[in-house]
Amino acid sequence: MIDLSLIPDGGVGWLDASGPSSHLVLSTRVRLARNLAGLPFSTRNGEAEREAVLARVESAAAGTESLGRAVRFRLDRLDRADRQLLHERHLVSRDLAGLEGETGVRKGATLLIQDAVGAMVNEEDHLRLQGFRSGFDLGSAYESVDRLDAELGQRLPFAFHPEFGYLTACPTNVGTGLRASVLIHLPGLVLTKEITKVLQGLAQVGLTYRGLYGEGS
Amino acid sequence: MLCDECREREAVVHLTQIVSEQVNTVHLCEKCAAERGVESGTQLTKSPLGTFLAAMGKGGPAAPAAEGARCPACGATLADFRDTGRLGCGECYVTFGAQLRDLLRRLHGSTRHVGERYASPGGPAPEPVVEPAPVAAELVELRERLRRAIADENFELAAELRDRLRGAP
Repeated sequence: MIDLSLIPDGGVGWLDASGPSSHLVLSTRVRLARNLAGLPFSTRNGEAEREAVLARVESAAAGTESLGRAVRFRLDRLDRADRQLLHERHLVSRDLAGLEGETGVRKGATLLIQDAVGAMVNEEDHLRLQGFRSGFDLGSAYESVDRLDAELGQRLPFAFHPEFGYLTACPTNVGTGLRASVLIHLPGLVLTKEITKVLQGLAQVGLTYRGLYGEGS
Repeated sequence: MLCDECREREAVVHLTQIVSEQVNTVHLCEKCAAERGVESGTQLTKSPLGTFLAAMGKGGPAAPAAEGARCPACGATLADFRDTGRLGCGECYVTFGAQLRDLLRRLHGSTRHVGERYASPGGPAPEPVVEPAPVAAELVELRERLRRAIADENFELAAELRDRLRGAP
């Protein structure tokens, strides 16, 4: 059983409603997708290559301010219940936690977390850097993940193309590799049955929506 | 019915715009509609990648030789990409660049990354990307598209076209 007391706030600091507009917005998350240059992406690499990626990332992270004191969870060595717990606390994606039926957890799947910043290693991309904040605070969440990105980018060669930008396994992420999201609780809209209209309207302003647990929910 | 914009492909999107009591209907093929940034209803909850990948299979003059091409670095093929929706490595973007550009334009509205430039540790400093100035015939076409974009009140597309006309990245 993992010891979540290793993380100062138990991994739920973002839920403490301390942030701006927290009566509506539970939390904000900004993530950056990055891959190491010259190596196959997660879809085409093997166990040895993933271990190599993890080793390089950990070595680089140890020298950064953002993740120098990070707590590390090797998801491929945790049982399902522990991985589910990390997923429920919104610290890792469903993909990293290996909760999808047959495929199970990917070898080398790891979470590094320190304060409100984290890095998922060996997810769909080699690196998924994330910043969380309570309430509605995109600026602050972005700032912290951007800082981590800069620190790691100086120590690791990221896959980058002058025309396409940061290269990712999925073309929907190529370029900035950035996805910013907020977790909003809208019971009123659901009860008044207005929620469908609102969600349809989101697509028209270039936004997308997902369920409580992100992709696949 | 042919697309109003390109007059090449079959029109599948029929856009009706009502601007202060004046009704204007435009018929577009999937490609031109995507270029204009028109969202089709089915993309709401489905993964956008699935729709585009299916369209990729149908439209576009993909060079027959490229169909069997393998990425020299990881060995992935276009077929692998269609099956999984994922590329194999960074080199795949170069190998399959021609096919990907179309997809990228539809996904992101542009094929060119204009954000932060990245310098690999120990590598050369990144050069700012400069888009080459457009040629005469292209200029005329761009101006016409700009005029139409403004008439349609599609100001985002108009701004992009205006920038391209100026020769700015």
